[in-house]
Amino acid sequence: MISVWRVEVAPKSESLDVPSREVLGDIHRFGFEHVRAVRSCRIYLLQGNLDRDMVDDLARAVLCDPVSEVYACAPDSPDWSGTKVGRVPPAAPPARAAGETRPTGDGAIEVHYRPGVMDPVALSARRALNERIAALNPPKPMHVTAARTARRYTITGARNAEELEQIALGVLANTCIETVCICGFDRRDRRLTTMPEAPVQPFELRTVAIRKLDGPELERLSRKAHLFLSRMEMEVIRDHFRALGREPTDLELDTLAQAWSEHCAHKTLKSAVIYRGDDFGREGEVEVYFDNLFESTIARATSKLNRDWCWSVFEDNAGVVAFDDDCGIAFKVETHNHPSAIEPYGGAATGIGGCIRDIMGCGLGAKPIASTDVFCVAPPDYPRDRLPRGVLHPARVLKGVVAGVGDYGNRMGVPTVNGAVHFDERYLANPLVFCGTVGLIPRKFIHKGPKPGDRIVLVGGRTGRDGIHGATFSSAELTESHPDEFSHAVQIGNPIEQKKVLDALLQARDHRSGCLYRTITDCGAGGLSNAVGEMGAKLGAVVDLEKVPLKYAGLRYDEIWVSEAQERMVLAVPPERLDTLLTICQAEDVEVSTIGWFTDDRRLVVRYAGTVVGDLQMSFVHEGLPKITRRATWTAPNGKGPALKLKHPGDLSRELPARLRSYNVASKEWIIRRYDHEVQGGSVVKPLCGPGAGPSDAAVFRPLLDGWRGVAIACGLCPHVSDRDPYWMAIRAVDEALRNLICVGADPSRVAILDNFCWGACDTPEALGALARACKGASDAAVAFGLPFISGKDSLNNQFSQTSAQARRLGLPETITIPGTLLISGLGIIEDVRQCVTMDLKRPGHPIALVACPADGMGLERAFVAHNSVSRAIRAGGVSAAHDISDGGLAVALAEMCIAGNLGLRVDLGQAYGDDPAARLFEEYPTGYILECASGDIIRGVGGVKLGEVTQTPELVITSGGKPIIELEVEVLARAWREPFTHVAGGCPTSSRFCRSQGPKRAP
Amino acid sequence: MPARVLILRAAGTNCDAETAYAWQLAGAKAETIHVKRLMHDPALLRAFDVLTIPGGFSYGDDISAGTILANQLMQSAGDELLRFLEGGKLILGICNGFQVLVKTGLLPGPGVGSRVVTLSDNRSGSFESRWVRLRSGITACRFLPPGVMLELPVAHAQGRLLCRDDKVLQSLIHNHHVCLTYAGTGGQPCRYPDNPNGSDADIAGLTDTTGQILGLMPHPERFVTTFQHPLWTRRRVEGEPDGLTIFKTALASLGG
Repeated sequence: MISVWRVEVAPKSESLDVPSREVLGDIHRFGFEHVRAVRSCRIYLLQGNLDRDMVDDLARAVLCDPVSEVYACAPDSPDWSGTKVGRVPPAAPPARAAGETRPTGDGAIEVHYRPGVMDPVALSARRALNERIAALNPPKPMHVTAARTARRYTITGARNAEELEQIALGVLANTCIETVCICGFDRRDRRLTTMPEAPVQPFELRTVAIRKLDGPELERLSRKAHLFLSRMEMEVIRDHFRALGREPTDLELDTLAQAWSEHCAHKTLKSAVIYRGDDFGREGEVEVYFDNLFESTIARATSKLNRDWCWSVFEDNAGVVAFDDDCGIAFKVETHNHPSAIEPYGGAATGIGGCIRDIMGCGLGAKPIASTDVFCVAPPDYPRDRLPRGVLHPARVLKGVVAGVGDYGNRMGVPTVNGAVHFDERYLANPLVFCGTVGLIPRKFIHKGPKPGDRIVLVGGRTGRDGIHGATFSSAELTESHPDEFSHAVQIGNPIEQKKVLDALLQARDHRSGCLYRTITDCGAGGLSNAVGEMGAKLGAVVDLEKVPLKYAGLRYDEIWVSEAQERMVLAVPPERLDTLLTICQAEDVEVSTIGWFTDDRRLVVRYAGTVVGDLQMSFVHEGLPKITRRATWTAPNGKGPALKLKHPGDLSRELPARLRSYNVASKEWIIRRYDHEVQGGSVVKPLCGPGAGPSDAAVFRPLLDGWRGVAIACGLCPHVSDRDPYWMAIRAVDEALRNLICVGADPSRVAILDNFCWGACDTPEALGALARACKGASDAAVAFGLPFISGKDSLNNQFSQTSAQARRLGLPETITIPGTLLISGLGIIEDVRQCVTMDLKRPGHPIALVACPADGMGLERAFVAHNSVSRAIRAGGVSAAHDISDGGLAVALAEMCIAGNLGLRVDLGQAYGDDPAARLFEEYPTGYILECASGDIIRGVGGVKLGEVTQTPELVITSGGKPIIELEVEVLARAWREPFTHVAGGCPTSSRFCRSQGPKRAP
Repeated sequence: MPARVLILRAAGTNCDAETAYAWQLAGAKAETIHVKRLMHDPALLRAFDVLTIPGGFSYGDDISAGTILANQLMQSAGDELLRFLEGGKLILGICNGFQVLVKTGLLPGPGVGSRVVTLSDNRSGSFESRWVRLRSGITACRFLPPGVMLELPVAHAQGRLLCRDDKVLQSLIHNHHVCLTYAGTGGQPCRYPDNPNGSDADIAGLTDTTGQILGLMPHPERFVTTFQHPLWTRRRVEGEPDGLTIFKTALASLGG
């Protein structure tokens, strides 16, 4: 008999129920402070011909920990209660009659995955349970045919079922991927009795009649079918099929929508732009024609610099620079904004997962060795009553994205070494999630290309309904209906599946007979449609969709084609090498399927069970997108921008702690500690420096453990400058990334950079003008500083629209557009990591110098001279601590160095700033370095100003012309800097100091 | 002849490369083998002197950390493992490997009882990546010089060592199973975050009665050169890195 068994596993006692404590904190922060207690349990639903003894054994031996947990099991039924097997899981509410109403007290919430959503734990559990059954070898063969997991929370103190529902939706579950079941009060304790399955649809070829549609009708179709193509683009498609004399299939329309999406085609950045407006970095007005905005700015900077150590730029999944003679370093940064807006955990996890896959698919495959993450969100104390419908609270978004990146990176074993968080209310409904990954690749594997006859081979995870239309979804603006409309665009990650794929692919790449495949790419945005379409662009391909392994039956052919299910790679494999590849993959438990082959007729032919469901010319897919010329304009806003605002103008000793407490400055230790930043063993300069865990400027690590050569990673991000001028914002971002790298000891002549633009809609000349200025700024800075761009990505339409009634009620604009944001990621090669420097103050008596180098004040060329002289001094060993001045200004940078080194500073600003020391200390747009030097000579050598010296007494004393203006103990500074996120995340204390400098010491 | 070390790998293992490197630096010959091969041919263990289960997330920590790999090991190679130990050979479990050893029942092992300790969710509720100070106990453990202070990094979400009851804890202490504890600045007992996970009695590592098995949450393979220490830029960290000491002590005890 096949039945569904239910196993509930709960922590033995309240003190062991750690997850529930987190949940209770979240419920209190959600505004339900009267909730007194939460207890949780895990639920396994097992289907198969199991008997009670077997289920009991499986629960005891596999599912439940004998020391810390208890379990209960029984056949699942609507009136099931844990009491039936005699062991009451403490999390289960007392049995009661269905329909019983209580004034207050216990209720329960069960959270189940929606049918069709990936459930990795269930897959592992099923496998482990069947292994256990096989080892027991029961007389009657038994088997777990299906498994699902769920979570159950018993809530004490909620007032009614409605409150439970609010808690369920606001804290515990995300309805995009989960369903909730409310138990208690007037709700019947309704449990699932059968395994829910995704709906099945029979095969039916569908065509879309577009040949007779006019412009407005085409526009409506585009929106309704989630194609997000413009009227003009739809007209081009209509005319193409008119010429062919047939209607397109739904799959063909989808293929074009994926390939032509902003996400994949970057059509705005690659359009021709006529710019008229303020000159770039000079007074006056200009008119400039950019034939292709991206090519004329970013790409031109790289070709102009023409560095021989840039091995692969802009042509592959990632850019590659030389590491040493034999190996290159690949670097890619991606955004995953819209998925993270509606499901932060899953969105960020698959963001980093996808970026790691980009590295795995770079050349013939690079090995991921480090990751970075940068988040832009609204402040975590944003008032809950001003939250638009369909928008998650920023605190939940931040916690979710941090957990998502951490869980995926940690499980894959890729250290997350660097990052940043920026807060601005305009990211409320459209947070930004940037994920970057660095890889190591032997030089001989950098180039690739399929040949006709090569098999198209799909490796890795199975295909499901998850992540359908992600590429087009991320190319549109967000609205309040998006969470409902696009729940299917959310992808669920399984990092262990991807780790298996990585383990298998590196063996296939390094096979003793040579690489087993001729091309590899990841299956990301647009799914197979884009992966196969791009790989076969110059050849042609035939794909049989029924050969794609599915997570469950019943996917339509078009769903298979565009599904963005994770952890899949597409390979071009010569037929004679298939068997060897298969053997390697089988040994790693990685699934391999041949789904088609490459041809030489430049057609993309897609079939399902013998029926052609799509037949497109590759030339139309890749070159058919109409090129447009657009107007751009920009005028500087009136005035000089926001004046310096002080909270405590009369008392700078209060102003500094207030600055340290601001979210943009405050310690991000609670995030950093959640990421394994040392796995793979290469860590040299860690994200936190010194005994006081100060913020490192950049991360340094060794990709090869048997050498001293290293890689430095840093970022530059200053979206607030965009409001004044996106041109200077971009220059600042490049400048900041470079300064961060120089501070740890990187050589500016070996630094490459990546650009990630996140902008709102660029459908007006003003918005496009702002973007054009940012492109020009980034490229001017790159040329002046000698930093080639090697890879990049843009994400547009980062804005949120709501009804005017709601906007009025909340006091928000109808359309909330993010500030123009450019993330610059920098990659430096370090000859010998033993020469690296960190930002913590080192030795009392050392002089402290300021090197100011504002590019907008002194010009790019002179700023570059300053960068070079600072870098030379650092690399020559004359600088014992170096720190970049950025958010928060000079005073914050000095305080951070004191906190990190747990030493004091005595600083005098000199007569020059006597009139307004506040401006000098807290300037809004600072750029420069603070250096702790070994001697005064070094200060002169770098053209710096001596500010003062390091003191043993842990106190920051700042005077102006001898008059004290700030006197604060480092302990006070440290507390202010560490405190702010405690109410968001429970905080994260810094470990007590390490004292060791010798080998193992006798214990006292 | 250098000692031969088997590094056991499964889906989700991710510290195998640096662990193999650390053993090699200490003078051993390391070979990485997938658990499927061992399950298929458990006798291959016989060619090795040390079995190491490195860190990572074997099977994604699904169900609970280490459970699935522990079951696979005991179901397919349990007898060979006992024979391996009878031959005086060594077993090292780091982080996830420690979780596996505890869930197999090999740690703390005979004398205390089977499956009476576990490694559970960190008390802080989150993953903890930080350096800790450690003190080695006076035990038979063949990987650790007794009574020294060490510094190593931890990186885990489930490292809180829990005993079924106080009797079990006392028996661990009295029978010299506690070979490594988290320590305060002066080596004294400590609280979070110096004890990063809330382990009973600050326990960071356990050994069996013979001293042949070591399971520990910190990562010795991440401190085998000076330049991995978080404070190396402040003072030249002198002497042998603590992680390397652990690998070398084990090899010395094998007579290599």
